[in-house]
Amino acid sequence: MRLLTHNMLSSNIKGVTNGFPLRIEVEKVVEKSVDFNPDFLKNMLAKIEYKALVEASRIMGYAELPDHAEPSMLESDDFLRKFHHALMELHLEEGTLVCPQTGRKFPVNKGVPNMLLHEDEV
Amino acid sequence: MKLKQLEGLLGSLEQFYNPKIELEQYPTGSHVASRMLYTAENSFGDVTNKVVADFGCGCGTLGIAAALLGAQHVVGLDIDAESLEIASENADELELDMEFVQCDIRNLRWEGQIIDTVVMNPPFGTRRKGADMDFLCVALKVASEAVYSLHKTTTREHVRRTALRDCHASSAEVLFELRYDVPHLYKFHKKKEVDIAVDLWRFVPKKNR
Repeated sequence: MRLLTHNMLSSNIKGVTNGFPLRIEVEKVVEKSVDFNPDFLKNMLAKIEYKALVEASRIMGYAELPDHAEPSMLESDDFLRKFHHALMELHLEEGTLVCPQTGRKFPVNKGVPNMLLHEDEV
Repeated sequence: MKLKQLEGLLGSLEQFYNPKIELEQYPTGSHVASRMLYTAENSFGDVTNKVVADFGCGCGTLGIAAALLGAQHVVGLDIDAESLEIASENADELELDMEFVQCDIRNLRWEGQIIDTVVMNPPFGTRRKGADMDFLCVALKVASEAVYSLHKTTTREHVRRTALRDCHASSAEVLFELRYDVPHLYKFHKKKEVDIAVDLWRFVPKKNR
């Protein structure tokens, strides 16, 4: 699961109003390189929750992203490459996603998060 | 990539070993899948460099087609772990980077407007009534640009009405009618193979939901 996907996932338990972002517990991180696509990245910066990405990338062991991002930073190749690496190339292979409101754990195995709910959570 | 080449690659994918009828697991044939994604990209520009989600991805055929046509980020969603295993293997075989999430579409909560396009071959609702419309309504909530979906031709007016009235589609267009090969998969299938008329739809969600 790359962090772009993590940036879209929210806790889907009934009654949860504050389910994003899911907290990451790491067991195994894998890096997979992806072609650098600056236009795509510029588009994504406007759409993602940047703060959630920064936090997640740090938990995954990558501390290069600045705390805040401004549109002017999109002109910087250096920033774009760091953003690319954090968003697209870091994968949580094994670990857990934790609902920030209830603490409920969603396992991640072989890179696939399991968001299936139990009957009482629906 | 040419259509024939895409069709060939999709035809080489592994399909369900042990299909589960209650989930209406049927493979999306390479003929249908290739035409669906090829049209989405060539006529509408909805695939290359986009973020694409494959709802009810099964063995991954549609998502893989999107990746082969240059989607930047593809996520396949399915409720069934076995299918997701097969889908992962299929993606690996073709050296494609595709994400998967195991979940029930009906209680999916997706943050933001990151997904551009949803592609899907949803259950037709023969086992769980209304399943096809559940999928469609969620897809229209999640996609920011377009939803491509297959539905039986016999349900055409019902689909159009439900999409526009209940699922917040701003438009609903049948792109073309296809023959869908249903192979003899389940014990209750009497014929060796059957052709069902299906419509390939393109829906556009209302903005500012």
